[in-house]
Amino acid sequence: MWGGLSLELRAYIVRRLLLLIPVLFGVSLLIFAILQSFSPIERASLYVSDPRQFANLPAIIEKYGLDQSVWVQYGTWINQIFHGNLGWSKVVSQPVTDAIMNFLPATLELALFATPLIILGGIFLGSKAAAHKDRTIDHATRFGAILGWSLPTFWLGLMLLMVFYGYFSGLLPPERLSTEINILVNSDSFSRYTGLNVIDAILNWNGRVLLDSLRHLVLPVITLTVVNLAFIMRLMRSSMLETLGKGYILTARAKGLDENAVVNKHARRNALIPVLTVSGYIFASIANGVVITETIFNYKGLGWWAWQSAVHLDIASVLGFALFNGILFVLTNLIVDLFYTRIDPRIRLGGQVQ
Amino acid sequence: MTELRFWLHQLRKNPLSFVGIAIILTFIIIAILAPIMASPPENHIDPYQIPRDGYSSTPKPPSEEHVFGTTQGQYDIFYGVIWGTRSAFKVGLAVIGMVLVIGIMLGSIAGYFGGIIDEIIMRVTDIFLAFPPLILAMAITVALGPSLNSVILALIIVQWPVYTRLVRGDILAVREEDYVEAARGIGSSPLRIIIRHVLPNSIYPALVMASLDIGAVVLSAAALSFLGLGAPEGYADWGQMIQFSRNWIVGPPDDPMAYWYTVTIPGLFILFFVLGWNLLGDAFRDILDPRLARR
Repeated sequence: MWGGLSLELRAYIVRRLLLLIPVLFGVSLLIFAILQSFSPIERASLYVSDPRQFANLPAIIEKYGLDQSVWVQYGTWINQIFHGNLGWSKVVSQPVTDAIMNFLPATLELALFATPLIILGGIFLGSKAAAHKDRTIDHATRFGAILGWSLPTFWLGLMLLMVFYGYFSGLLPPERLSTEINILVNSDSFSRYTGLNVIDAILNWNGRVLLDSLRHLVLPVITLTVVNLAFIMRLMRSSMLETLGKGYILTARAKGLDENAVVNKHARRNALIPVLTVSGYIFASIANGVVITETIFNYKGLGWWAWQSAVHLDIASVLGFALFNGILFVLTNLIVDLFYTRIDPRIRLGGQVQ
Repeated sequence: MTELRFWLHQLRKNPLSFVGIAIILTFIIIAILAPIMASPPENHIDPYQIPRDGYSSTPKPPSEEHVFGTTQGQYDIFYGVIWGTRSAFKVGLAVIGMVLVIGIMLGSIAGYFGGIIDEIIMRVTDIFLAFPPLILAMAITVALGPSLNSVILALIIVQWPVYTRLVRGDILAVREEDYVEAARGIGSSPLRIIIRHVLPNSIYPALVMASLDIGAVVLSAAALSFLGLGAPEGYADWGQMIQFSRNWIVGPPDDPMAYWYTVTIPGLFILFFVLGWNLLGDAFRDILDPRLARR
């Protein structure tokens, strides 16, 4: 990918990568600062890698110097993290790192369905609204968006459950799988390739599991989508309106192109750039939403685990989860920025990079 | 004056903003009249504590005595949502107020002086902004011990970088204006220049946007309460009332919607509260958009 890049752009990418180091250092410092509000006994759970060690916490405090100066402690703590030890998650009785790995597929499955819906739906509705500015569809989407981001996610989820699980007696149930399917999935006759139920069901060619997992996904995916869709839709609308006012759109219209080609070919592509720049924000918003959505539906993924840990004041898990999300978020933003330099021709062809 | 007329003109173009104003006014009245609308029983020590009518966990439907029914633990829903309005304003105003104070102070310092101070403050905001906000707030609430004050503090810690950057940007825009140079030329102190010349000419958009953010703040606080990290049990708080209703989403098989009131009513209060602020905010976003002509 280096071939076509200008010198300036190369310098930018290198600078951006170097900037990653202080930010990640800061992220670890912040988590460590939160950690300092706990007593050494409570903090010891972050260094435990085996439940038997809980019997002798003073030994751990001694071993990792938890009663020593802050900087010594930071050193031992960060060393543990580089060795992949984030402590012991009491809620699920396994190391925090394992818990993250075990719960990740469920959450990925949720995000895999919600993200395309949010982005494609938002782009589609937003450009529709802009192309028909001040007409019925524009007003409808405007009101829909305001209503959408005023909705408390947790309330929306519960109301959906009340209707589709209660009123329509069990049509769209909570949790990840029904009991019998869950037993089937965990038996020997079903091989788990990815941990994502839908994909595993297809790979195993098992229609019952596929249907069941989809049934359980509908409500969480809707809950996760609504709020974020509203945001993308509004952003796309204003970006599209700005683009439609540009000179080259006037040119395109003047040379007699039909309106669909103008909107779909000339305007939409350029209007997409601001939407791309907020993909990092979308990641954060989905991560936030996942905690609430999984809590409502008892959908056992990362968010559900984080909630359980928070309620049980399991500090090792909560901080491990926060650190994991912080790092992911920083990396997402990095990828978005680098990708941005690729798609924006003004930057790709050697323009000024800010 | 022309500025004010422009605002009123823009507001009139967006009739939904008046619906927003009406909703917010209604909530302000509810908050003020709470002691009259839902008077605490005699010998009740803390009015924010919802009175209970028994200890049975099963909710009871609306009746003459309990207009909106009772939720899990026999807490009166009507009393809860009315006093919950006060809690909502309390949280919203406390967070936005503190965040603005911090944002204006650090933002002015960073924006006006620039250089190494600016660099340090901006890198610190980067670190706080490197987390999904609700997840960071959750970790902080757990660290401080779950309570309403922890929720307020956590939201302040999560939100201050946003406003610091906002104010800094506004200040950068006017820092080099002629009147600021003039003040510098006659030897005014930096503090005086910031307070008398820079802030009054740059701060209003941030102030307006911040106050309209009260809805969003209340929404986040309610989410934390719903997760069980907020107010102690029985405190009048909308998020917690929805948490109470979690076990009562589905009724007995012959009447699956039997407990609809436990979840629907507190949820509608949150929805309308946030909706009011957002309707107004949507109109103001247009007003503050510099691309719109001010005629």
